Amino acid sequence: MSFPLAAKPHRRRRTALPGFGLTLGITLFWLALIVVIPLCAVVIRSTGGGWEHFVAVGFSPRAMAAYRVTFVSALIATSINAFFGLIIAWVLIRIKFPGRRLLSAAIDLPFALPTAVAGIALTALYANTGWIGAHLEPMGIQIAYHPSGIVVALIFIGLPFIVRSVEPVLADLDRTLEEAAATLGANRWQIFAYVIFPAILPALLTGFALALARCVGEYGSVIFIAGNMPKISEIAPLLIITSLEQYDYPGASAIAVVMLVISFSILIALNLIQGGWRRRMGDS
Amino acid sequence: MSEVTNRRTNQRLPAKTKIALNATLVLIALTFVFIVVLLPLIVVLYEASQEGWAAYVAAITDSDAKSAIRLTLLVAAIAVPVNMIFGICAAWLVTKHDFRGKDWLVAFIEIPFSVSPVVSGLVFILLFGAHGWFGPWLQAHDIEIIFAVPGIVLATVFVTLPFVARQIIPLMHAQGRAAEEAALSLGASGWQTFWHVTLPDIRWALLYGVLLSLARAMGEFGAVSVVSGHIRGETNTLPLHVEVLYNDYNFVAAFAVASLLAGLALVTLVLKSLLEWRHGNELKAQNNS
Amino acid sequence: MTIEVREISRTFQAHVALDAVSLKIEDGDFVALLGPSGSGKTTLLRVIAGLEYADVGRVYFADIDVTNKPVQDRGIGFVFQNYALFRHMTVAKNIAFGLNMLGRNRRPDAKAIEQRVTELLDLVQLAGLGPRYPNQLSGGQRQRVALARALARDPKILLLDEPFGALDAKVRRELRLALRAIHERLKITTIFVTHDQEEAFALADHVAILHNGKIEQFDTPSRIQQSPNSEFVQAFLA
Repeated sequence: MSFPLAAKPHRRRRTALPGFGLTLGITLFWLALIVVIPLCAVVIRSTGGGWEHFVAVGFSPRAMAAYRVTFVSALIATSINAFFGLIIAWVLIRIKFPGRRLLSAAIDLPFALPTAVAGIALTALYANTGWIGAHLEPMGIQIAYHPSGIVVALIFIGLPFIVRSVEPVLADLDRTLEEAAATLGANRWQIFAYVIFPAILPALLTGFALALARCVGEYGSVIFIAGNMPKISEIAPLLIITSLEQYDYPGASAIAVVMLVISFSILIALNLIQGGWRRRMGDS
Repeated sequence: MSEVTNRRTNQRLPAKTKIALNATLVLIALTFVFIVVLLPLIVVLYEASQEGWAAYVAAITDSDAKSAIRLTLLVAAIAVPVNMIFGICAAWLVTKHDFRGKDWLVAFIEIPFSVSPVVSGLVFILLFGAHGWFGPWLQAHDIEIIFAVPGIVLATVFVTLPFVARQIIPLMHAQGRAAEEAALSLGASGWQTFWHVTLPDIRWALLYGVLLSLARAMGEFGAVSVVSGHIRGETNTLPLHVEVLYNDYNFVAAFAVASLLAGLALVTLVLKSLLEWRHGNELKAQNNS
Repeated sequence: MTIEVREISRTFQAHVALDAVSLKIEDGDFVALLGPSGSGKTTLLRVIAGLEYADVGRVYFADIDVTNKPVQDRGIGFVFQNYALFRHMTVAKNIAFGLNMLGRNRRPDAKAIEQRVTELLDLVQLAGLGPRYPNQLSGGQRQRVALARALARDPKILLLDEPFGALDAKVRRELRLALRAIHERLKITTIFVTHDQEEAFALADHVAILHNGKIEQFDTPSRIQQSPNSEFVQAFLA
């Protein structure tokens, strides 16, 4: 059924609230202009040099190494964030202590701080002469200009996603369930493991996926601290820029398409998991 | 939701153990946040002040820095209002009407969120770059988009597209349509309904979304870096200027300019916290009737 | 104003809400649409109001076809189940809303609007509460404001969707009497939706019992009780 564009008195109308035609037009127009057409350009361009070129660049050894570096670093960083982020969310919601408000505000800093600023700050901090790097160097741990620098930068970037995803669910938790478990003899750790943790697991997974997706695409905070050495500490976004500088548009697009597929896969997986949980728990 | 007081949970654990446990957790949380989040911020301020006040002021007032500030503000002044209007249109469409494909539409709006900033810049090079789809046409008409201000604006618009929509759609969804229907039944037109009934109900969430998109617009680096060409004094936003200075080994100046951005981030956080504190219940998609 | 609906059908995805419903309501009548949830009574009310559109069928107000007329132009007053008061406006502003939205040439001047608001506050027995905000009022008071607001523009038809559903028994009884009294005074054609049989039979001149999107019986309360015309009606009344 087609939707009328404006209130015409003699046409059958479907929706009582006005503005459908106008807002549909504007929304679709803007989305097409800013999102759809540009993204189509990437996909189409990536096939510009033919399938062989796509595979040659998009799956070249250097590119595969870049994907590996990107994805593995993101996975490690996000896992660390999952652990500490959970603790932080717990502390913010369940424990009253002075400075709680400040801590909560601080969590959002990685959201608000421009990535370039984070990049140079982290490099200064973890370089061999930096405040933290200087202490780690005697132990033989190098962070700046090494793959581990990428992980450190991604920890900074991904932390808020975990904390902010878990917090509301933790806050809305039904305390009477915990009390019921206690009356049935469960101790503190059992209550956490069997009552609390399962309830917040979906939120934790959501935060995990969001942080992972963000980390996989991260550029600004990583390029300063990573060594950017091909196959060792070169992240995929940097490889795209390198290809661009060589005017290899199809190549750059190929890598971009692979990255888009990875990001969307993460999000689709997330949606499926969330849907599965909702069905199991009845979405109460 | 009431907090379970210590007296009640003590039944599960001796008081001293519980306090020790809580203290440990708090300590872990504070230490982690201090090292991961706060130290970088402090480092920026420290490094920026390494050569004294005069050098700091010089770095942030030199002509390239001033151009960068102007460009950053210009880009934000265009991208934010435009995406705010988009966000409002999209939210009205999605929450006040029913149609097939609504979920797909919302998913499309979320796309810029999940795309790497570098890809966000790449897409516009592919369209408007010298070898892009429209490249030859643009060159023939002497229009510059890539490596010029319009390209930066476009990349920023792409990146900040979902911010306002994301903020107000859940809220408007939770608020339902009854108020708008009531207004219509009382004779208000669509515009009157939106202006007098819908807008007041979403104003704080709208402000919140605008704040977030403003912070992002001014701080965006990856996408803008790809389309800008890094031409000093012309196509450098503040974040790009930081990079340029840093790559020139002009560390103190780089951190000085970075401190401006850090200051901006702090202001954003303060305003954000204020909004959450004073109007928290009007931001969340709960308890709205 | 007489209301007539002819062969109204409305389906939501797989669920048939209204199935070729026809009904004629006389001017000044007080009608209850009664039925269990899912029977289609609210949908029928909203189609009459113009908040929903039927798939097939026509709606007539005083023999004029209003089927495709937008809700703003139908000259109705609608009272919602959850009041739908405008949270950011005072009671007075809420009630005056319909008048303030009129075009420049039709809008009464500020003094006249103020007077009308006072009149209406008196009518619903909330005199003096103009400057308050909705969240400062009790449920019963909010519903009275919703009623006053719906009446501000002198509608020819008053429609109420389970207006007393969210209120406790005592307040319900008070509001029922108030509604009936207002109806007597204004002689306005009134339709209200309820699932409460006692309420319907106590208030209405005529009751339409709906079931699965169809009208089982439409008659005065006493005649329905004396001669229910179907098993469903019999069971419903029991």
